[in-house]
Amino acid sequence: MSAMERKVVIELDNVKRDFRVGSETVHALRGVSFKIYEGEFVTIMGTSGSGKSTLLNQLGCLDTPTSGEYYLDGIPVRNMKRSQRAVLRNRKIGFVFQNYNLLAKTTAVENVELPLMYNTTYSAKQRREAAVKALNAVGLGDRLEHKSNQMSGGQMQRVAIARALVNNPAVILADEATGNLDTRTSFEMLVLFQKLHREGRTIIFVTHNPEIAQYSSRNIMLRDGKIREDVENNNILSAEEALAALPKPQDD
Amino acid sequence: MSFTNLIRVAIRAILSNKSRTLLSTLGIIIGVAAVIIMMSIGQGSKESIRQEISKMGSNVITIRPGADMRGGVRQDPSAMQTLKMSDYESMLSGLKYVQHVSPEVTQAGQVVNGNNNTTTTIYGEAPEYMTIKLWTVQEGDCFTDEDVCKNAKVCVIGKTVADELFPGGQNPIGRSIRFKNIPFRVVGVLKSKGYNNWGMDQDNLIIAPYTTVMKRIAAQTYFSSISVSALSEEVSEKAIEELTALLRANHKIKEGMDDDFTIRSQQEIMETMSSTMDTVTLILVVAAAFSLLVAGIGIMNIMLVSVTERTKEIGLRMSVGARGRDISRQFLFESIIISLSGGLIGIGVGYLGSWAAQLMMLPASVPLWSVLLSFGVCACIGLIFGYVPARKAALMDPIEALRYE
Ligand SMILES: Nc1ncnc2c1ncn2[C@@H]1O[C@H](COP(=O)(O)OP(=O)(O)OP(=O)(O)O)[C@@H](O)[C@H]1O
Ligand SMILES: [Mg+2]
Repeated sequence: MSAMERKVVIELDNVKRDFRVGSETVHALRGVSFKIYEGEFVTIMGTSGSGKSTLLNQLGCLDTPTSGEYYLDGIPVRNMKRSQRAVLRNRKIGFVFQNYNLLAKTTAVENVELPLMYNTTYSAKQRREAAVKALNAVGLGDRLEHKSNQMSGGQMQRVAIARALVNNPAVILADEATGNLDTRTSFEMLVLFQKLHREGRTIIFVTHNPEIAQYSSRNIMLRDGKIREDVENNNILSAEEALAALPKPQDD
Repeated sequence: MSFTNLIRVAIRAILSNKSRTLLSTLGIIIGVAAVIIMMSIGQGSKESIRQEISKMGSNVITIRPGADMRGGVRQDPSAMQTLKMSDYESMLSGLKYVQHVSPEVTQAGQVVNGNNNTTTTIYGEAPEYMTIKLWTVQEGDCFTDEDVCKNAKVCVIGKTVADELFPGGQNPIGRSIRFKNIPFRVVGVLKSKGYNNWGMDQDNLIIAPYTTVMKRIAAQTYFSSISVSALSEEVSEKAIEELTALLRANHKIKEGMDDDFTIRSQQEIMETMSSTMDTVTLILVVAAAFSLLVAGIGIMNIMLVSVTERTKEIGLRMSVGARGRDISRQFLFESIIISLSGGLIGIGVGYLGSWAAQLMMLPASVPLWSVLLSFGVCACIGLIFGYVPARKAALMDPIEALRYE
């Protein structure tokens, strides 16, 4: 398949982002350009302060570029109003955070329903159906009514991933999604992300961990607000195999 | 977000912090209950004044000597002597809207029967007075027109006077009592009217022919007032016009000059008292309303705390697509629901309070409009004092909010 035929989900054209801190200007992004195609699993890596989160906030329409243009699914984002970007996030983006960000004392289904609450085209019934489907997809079909405070970290992150899936987004954005989890659970998450990748979803995964890059289809390295390296991975490892190879958890 | 979802989210947030919510609604509860109780007592008093007055005859018109004193100007004593016998006589025939007329001369003094005595007021009246003021003679009879003609020393006594002068169930009829040393023969005892609204004993009186009181006791040739009953309450105004024209003619008052008498209908008196009650009620309600203002500030404070505490939740909601207005509505609904539920509880407490007031013999009746008003005011408080916190939440930056710890 040649690059020309694939659908572009994300296109950055010389995106810069400056922050003013007192009298100084911090150049967090110094002109970033790339295209991400439908069905790619991209890891973004780089040292702390290299601008990964800033970039992800741009991609997630939480922030707008100081200059340059960002097209999400062909839609230019830079000059959009706050409320327009909110609607765009609602329809096109799924976020997964490092610290899960579930609503407290709220069941898994209700947490997953949340994005659809802000989409009035869904009825209560459709909302629930979509949420149950997403929870089944992450392997939590039997935990629908569990509250967020009754779940393990791995389970909470699965709920968060289900929430990111529920609106059938153009792209799933994850910032250090395995950062709070132990090795085993991290691999479980990777298995899940690889499954979603196989199903054709577009995933952008920010991480510190270079190992994770081996399980994705493309790797972008940032340094100092610029792209250092952008390589396709032709030898994608299987997270499932890696998980099976891990030493079994010890009972003590 | 849809209306039902907004309400559901708001109620869930409120229930997740019950004790805090209860404390913040306390101000509203107290404020609304106070307003309802004040208004119910105000309304109840007005109703009981109305009943009281209709017991005294709602078609009664009272004519007093002297110009209208509502201006507060001091009057010449001679101005108080303008109601003469001729005025009374001219009223007895030829007036279309007037039913009964009774002149009145009063004197306060001591009344004695043997060892028993009491202080009372003697009313010199015509027999029509009974009909005008709705008195019923319980035992014996009223004095007659003939007694009036003959200046007869006969009288009808009120229940209180009867009890004071004839203790132990003696029959007063036919007995003689002395008022200012003038002996009167008791011909009747009035049916009790009890105390009126202002705590005055309406049964502490003696009624005697006006001629007798004028000549033997007061020694005056003018009346202290004239009581008239209009044909009905509705024609009271017309009767007043008729009487005014008649008296102005009698007293030869020229066009453009002030009356030397004052005519008031019972209705007017009632309205004056009602409006006094209204003023008192208003003052109390305003005081209670200030407590609602304070309660509103309390709600605003709680909502501001709540917004800060839930910064992260706000960030999350924004990241999954909540617009600023979705967030502000969420918090507005929350503050409105807090304030309305406080209002509802307050209305309940108000009803209880007004019921307790009734048990304490205070006239109280909760006017429906005060309930509706309280409800509306609470909704407004929620809206107004929820606005600032809701706006604060809506204007948060999603990135900052998500990062908040
Ligand atoms: N809101 C802001 N105001 C000012 N400077 C900011 C802001 N956000 C980010 N920066 C700066 O931009 C640069 C990039 O930050 P960013 O958070 O994107 O780094 P990162 O790659 O995500 O780092 P980490 O791996 O530690 O999460 C940093 O120098 C940071 O100080
Ligand atoms: Mg970061």
